[in-house]
Amino acid sequence: MIEIKELTKRFGKKNVVDNVSINIKPGTITSFIGPNGAGKSTLLSMVSRFLDSDTGEVLLDQSNVKKWKSNAFAKRVSILKQSNFLNVRLTVRELISFGRYPYSKGRLTAEDETFVDQAIGYMNLHDMEDQLIDELSGGQKQRAFIAMVIAQDTEYILLDEPLASLDMKHSVQIMKTLRKLVNELGKTVVIVLHDINFASVYSDRIVALKDGELVKNGPTNDIINPQTLSEIYEMDIPVQEQNGCRICVYFNAHAN
Amino acid sequence: MQRNRKRLIFLAVLAIISVLLYAFYDIKGGFDYAFPKRVTRIAAMMVTGIAISYATVAFHTITQNRILTPSIMGMDAMYEVVQTLIFFLAGSTSIWVVNNYLNFGAALIAMVLFALILYRFLFRTKKYPIYLLLLIGIILGTLLGNLVTFLQVLIDPVEYMSLQTFLFASFMDVKAEILYIAIAILVVACIYGYRIMGQLNVMALGRENAISLGINYDRMLMNILILASVLIATSTALVGPITFLGLLVANLSYQYLVTYKHSTLILGASLLSIIALVGGQFIVEHLFELRTTLSVIINFIGGIYFIYLLLKESRAVK
Ligand SMILES: Nc1ncnc2c1ncn2[C@@H]1O[C@H](COP(=O)(O)OP(=O)(O)O)[C@@H](O)[C@H]1O
Ligand SMILES: [Mg+2]
Repeated sequence: MIEIKELTKRFGKKNVVDNVSINIKPGTITSFIGPNGAGKSTLLSMVSRFLDSDTGEVLLDQSNVKKWKSNAFAKRVSILKQSNFLNVRLTVRELISFGRYPYSKGRLTAEDETFVDQAIGYMNLHDMEDQLIDELSGGQKQRAFIAMVIAQDTEYILLDEPLASLDMKHSVQIMKTLRKLVNELGKTVVIVLHDINFASVYSDRIVALKDGELVKNGPTNDIINPQTLSEIYEMDIPVQEQNGCRICVYFNAHAN
Repeated sequence: MQRNRKRLIFLAVLAIISVLLYAFYDIKGGFDYAFPKRVTRIAAMMVTGIAISYATVAFHTITQNRILTPSIMGMDAMYEVVQTLIFFLAGSTSIWVVNNYLNFGAALIAMVLFALILYRFLFRTKKYPIYLLLLIGIILGTLLGNLVTFLQVLIDPVEYMSLQTFLFASFMDVKAEILYIAIAILVVACIYGYRIMGQLNVMALGRENAISLGINYDRMLMNILILASVLIATSTALVGPITFLGLLVANLSYQYLVTYKHSTLILGASLLSIIALVGGQFIVEHLFELRTTLSVIINFIGGIYFIYLLLKESRAVK
């Protein structure tokens, strides 16, 4: 279990993450939502050990993430950061194979190849697996990175705005894949999402942040209702039910 | 990849041809005299080539920038400071100049210490320090460069002439006894360097991806910086500063061998530097009949290539 305890990060005088405590429930998809600059990426950076917190701590299985050995941690938690820039000539398959590094240190076994093939399948990358990453579109590149994280086969998967440069079809495909990983393989996914409806339809729990503070944390249905949403976003957001899913209708050309 | 293997073999053949040509061409009369000298020079060129290639490629990977040379950290400047101080304080006939071990040791230790103190100091802050490190390296390098210029003005002109031979890279009068020390350092450094090549491959994906894949990034960063510094210091103390060579061969290697694997890239760069150094030295000795030096040629070609790289990068940004 990942426990975030009274975590604070200051940049200059500003508390970018301010005394946040969250327990990530295993076997669920937890969506992080909130406006730009809310501190979502900073929070994830501290969970994934990119950044040290000023106060508070993050625990994985009751021990501080800073105390974990790098490689042991990489077998439990994987993370994809918000934007990825590569300076290396690398094919899609080679990138995805890096996901196996914590296990095989670059010498892939047959088992590793199976995980790589599976990840390629999940992200539908068969027809471009030998293409160089820097010759792909933004969305295709993003899918290759997600496949790398899936190939890493960790219990916890943290994704920072993975849908940012993806079209609708692939966004839906990725959310369905994540659901499958959670439902069938018992993985735990933490995902930063911008589209509230993806959070509403595909996640079990939602965490809302604003100005570095935790505003809401609970089961999806407790968050996706007009009262709570207006507290988070400071605007009226009607919610409609469709095929058992709650859809937020936040555009309305006739309102002002 | 099959294609890369072919290309490496091609480079290896070129390197062997240059070595054989340099070793045996036009060796009339004094074989016993000329041949051992040529072998010493070839060995020195191989040590320098491999050390600079490894250091530069590794440095590019950790800085995520392919138009830097590790000497940007002020190591070349530190070398000049040591040699100039020696001439300034002790003079050209002092034991610090005459005794090869002492001169080599002083230069090597000063450069490595300089790098260690710089890293130690910066890594205490523990905040993603690589750009800060580069900046401070450049500033210190400039500062030391000015100090060198200042001291050189004060030095006796005759002494200054003999100092000059230390400040430009030359393979003509490499001393066999310090070559053995350099080879020993290179072997140890390369054993460690070989063992961390897999980690270098991962670190090329950037800090966050490398951490996510289980690399102890900050410690590896420190280790690789130290390794690169030791390699550069060894090569510089052996033959003098030869800055552009690494930039040249590393980038040629990236262009020629399309891969992310450091084993391939570094091997390619090493072979290219052996070709450039041995082939270049051959041209200097037999075509120019020693009217110019290898470092002039390398810096000339390297400089042109550097401008080409800058233009290419700036076009890529647009
Ligand atoms: N390295 C940094 N130095 C200074 N300020 C930062 C740094 N990283 C993020 N911030 C600030 O922290 C705030 C939160 O950023 P971030 O966590 O990226 O937000 P989000 O991911 O929710 O959009 C922003 O105001 C941003 O400007
Ligand atoms: Mg963000």
